[in-house]
Amino acid sequence: MVAPGPLIDLVDVHKTLGTKHILQGMTLQVNRGETLVIIGRSGIGKTVTLKHMVGLLRPDRGKVLIEGRDISSYAQEDLDRVRMKFGFVWQNGALLNSMSVGANVALPLREHENLPDDEIRRIVREKLAIVDLHDVEDMMPGILSGGMKKRVSLARAIVRSPEFILYDEPTAGLDPIMSNAINELIVNMKTTLGVTSVVVTHDMPSAFRIADRIAMLRKGRIIKIGTPAEFLETDDPVIKQFVYGEEEGPDEATEV
Amino acid sequence: MLKPVPAPPDLLSRLFEGAGFTISVFFQTISSFGSLWRRRVEVVIHTQAFGIGGIPVTVLVGIFTGMVVTFQTGLALYSIGQAAQVGVLVPLAMCREMGPVMTCIILAGLLGSRIAAEIGTMRVSEEIDALEVMSINPIPYLVMPRFLAMCIVCPLLTAYADFIGIGAGMLVAKSQLGVSFQAYLNNAKEHLEFKDFYSGLLKALVFGSVTASVACAQGLRTEKGAEGVGLATMNTVVISSVLILVLDYVLGWFCNVFLGVGA
Repeated sequence: MVAPGPLIDLVDVHKTLGTKHILQGMTLQVNRGETLVIIGRSGIGKTVTLKHMVGLLRPDRGKVLIEGRDISSYAQEDLDRVRMKFGFVWQNGALLNSMSVGANVALPLREHENLPDDEIRRIVREKLAIVDLHDVEDMMPGILSGGMKKRVSLARAIVRSPEFILYDEPTAGLDPIMSNAINELIVNMKTTLGVTSVVVTHDMPSAFRIADRIAMLRKGRIIKIGTPAEFLETDDPVIKQFVYGEEEGPDEATEV
Repeated sequence: MLKPVPAPPDLLSRLFEGAGFTISVFFQTISSFGSLWRRRVEVVIHTQAFGIGGIPVTVLVGIFTGMVVTFQTGLALYSIGQAAQVGVLVPLAMCREMGPVMTCIILAGLLGSRIAAEIGTMRVSEEIDALEVMSINPIPYLVMPRFLAMCIVCPLLTAYADFIGIGAGMLVAKSQLGVSFQAYLNNAKEHLEFKDFYSGLLKALVFGSVTASVACAQGLRTEKGAEGVGLATMNTVVISSVLILVLDYVLGWFCNVFLGVGA
């Protein structure tokens, strides 16, 4: 039975890494079927937020609710069950370099499903085709471009048809054409597969293209959450400075 | 104005934390043996890679350790007219001590550093995080096959080094000390017992498992990019080598008391 309320709910989450208090009472809800984009400056804690959602980091204080259940105190086995619902697209792809592209995409199937080899190969081809990659199964990750790595990472993330996909800087370091192609893939994931997505980025054109809602993270908290139109129309100088990339404003270029 | 003296880093707590993590990796690995059949291909691949990779250096260790032990003990025995007794000393020294200790220290450098660098690089490139998000536990997937491969390869290569060392000793005894092959072998056969041989292999098994645990724990704890990988690799070699020397004494005592080696 599907629990009512937000699918992902971060409640007053605090996290300190080393001596830095990264999340300082982060509260955020992600609703079923939406694409929520988290924006904010580099090093502000966007990836840390994503890692809390899949239990890679546990909060020092606060709750991380997935479908209404707090995963922050889950044992490893329970956490593994929750993670089965997630796909994660990593900033650098995080493909296993010792394995071919096909083996990387097939890995979750081989580990968690009891399928014949032919069926696994068929699914891998199908998922690679969704991200517009063909005949790359035998290539090694080391020779792929940044854009191809991200698309393979996306194919791996969707290979078991997850309910949620988390994207960590999906367009970082890509040329504008490849960035647009990745943006279209993210939109397609929502329209064709109906997944709930959380995207972390500081690429504003990308955020406006893919987001149903945007949340801005600053000093460890969400300072505004709203539609892309609301972000474009805001008078808040902090948000305007970030959205339009202005050097002059409340935030110093060196300050994080 | 005098600056306040910074508090010294809490080395002791870091040491205990590292030791605790390594012990935890060891026990988690043992408890993941249930998935051995599922990971059999990885175990075979790593055993093959470690075994073949370790042969050249094992041959060199065996040859030169056997030669040095024979030459130095032989000189002392020669001076008291007992040169033929190298046939007693060298095989015993190779099987009980020099074979397992020298081979496993070299393998800690060769294979321990390789394991730590592999897993450390996977950690800093977020491959291990990716595995965890895919609900794939890195202990049975990455650590257990490497651990088992080390437990197989270290005793096998130690046995190889033992035989090569005894053979090299025989050649040095003949060429430098004038001891015939026959005299050397007769002395060896008379004094070398099977328990001398298998106690050395038992040591190698322990040294292999310790090196693998240290290397995997260092790899899994790697942070701060390339610098961290270098540090994990260095720590693996230093910690494993020191532990091998410490454990060698403890195991020597254990073998003497409980297996009757040297009794």
